Amino acid sequence: MTGPRDIHEYLAQFEDIPGTRVFTAKRARQGYHLNQFAMSLMKPENRERWKADERAYLDEWPMSEEQKQAMLDRDYNRLLDLGGNIYFLAKVFSTDGKSFVQAVSTMSGMSLEDYMAMMIAGGRSPEGQRSIKDKR
Amino acid sequence: MARITAGVATSHIPALGVASDLGKTDEAYWAPAFAGYEWTRQWERAERPDVVILVYNDHATAFDMKIIPTFAIGCAEQFKPADEGWGPRAVPVVEGHPDLAWHIAQSLILDEFDMTIINEMDVDHGLTVPLTMMFGKTEQWPCKVIPLAVNVVTYPPPSGNRCWALGEAIARAVESFPEDLNVQIWGTGGMSHQLQGPRAGLINAAWDKDFLDGLSGETDRLRHIPHIEYLRETGSEGIEMVMWLVMRGALGIKTEELHRHYHVPASNTAVGHIVLRPVD
Repeated sequence: MTGPRDIHEYLAQFEDIPGTRVFTAKRARQGYHLNQFAMSLMKPENRERWKADERAYLDEWPMSEEQKQAMLDRDYNRLLDLGGNIYFLAKVFSTDGKSFVQAVSTMSGMSLEDYMAMMIAGGRSPEGQRSIKDKR
Repeated sequence: MARITAGVATSHIPALGVASDLGKTDEAYWAPAFAGYEWTRQWERAERPDVVILVYNDHATAFDMKIIPTFAIGCAEQFKPADEGWGPRAVPVVEGHPDLAWHIAQSLILDEFDMTIINEMDVDHGLTVPLTMMFGKTEQWPCKVIPLAVNVVTYPPPSGNRCWALGEAIARAVESFPEDLNVQIWGTGGMSHQLQGPRAGLINAAWDKDFLDGLSGETDRLRHIPHIEYLRETGSEGIEMVMWLVMRGALGIKTEELHRHYHVPASNTAVGHIVLRPVD
């Protein structure tokens, strides 16, 4: 066994990574219905109902009003804060006809063009992006 | 006797599957990503594996939030390409190898790895994109496939050390299967990438290269990398690289590198690929 011995320390480290929401048990619990809603869009008949009336379809799920509003707004950073997981949220942006690059760029606060140019130039550097506390 | 003759690792970026399916692999953006797999396609035609044990993660496709198995092994006769929200990929149905899969499942459980057994499952890009990269467009995949799904989505995923040890146990299981089979093990996912939050787009080529270096020779240093290092250095989705360690663990004490490829970017991700041979 070489894993961490202290679960509290293990989880606390995740809060020290800039611009990142690690999908912990806490988020998984908070986002359970949000993510299951997103999962339902795997079925074509559900996608049709969602597209016909987003609000009505959302109201079938026991999600918080904040979660519903963030979903209607396609505010992906907010959805991550409210327990959403990117692979589940992918069902929503796929239904919108958006690719991972298009959806992910919106979370970075960059235009799609600038984001793609950054990726072609080698991506975002890890310098200064590793730790909030240690500023490295 | 069945034997593991090689290990392969590759990214399983969905956009690579889309590029192949839409015939875009010669376009300027995609060509360099695909070029590094040409060597392996030729090599696979000569190697002719009977079975590939394919270590991958499901991306909210077969498993939703209801059930989250840490390690799951596919024991079915067949696995259909999944509809991930835009219709299933037009690639062949994946043929399983239930005899070997059940043998491995039983052996692993007796070896104290408490596997989840899957008898019905659709497989997503995590499994079908590696097949496309290694075998190209084809009417039928040239070998049987045993899917081995690892949870790397909901924390905590298994440690790198546990993944390595699972690989060692898979090697023991394969060696005790009486039929003469040429078996490969593939580890997929990675390399550095982050698909979420303001830090999205992170790539760490220096770290990725060091990880590729650490897969060959006699060293087992990679098995001790903690989760937090993957997260800080390689982006939140870089954690997928623990799945490469299942492959590496199955190859034994020493390996030699036959081929490697590294290219940035394919959509949000660093494409990494390596071919290893176990050395007695």
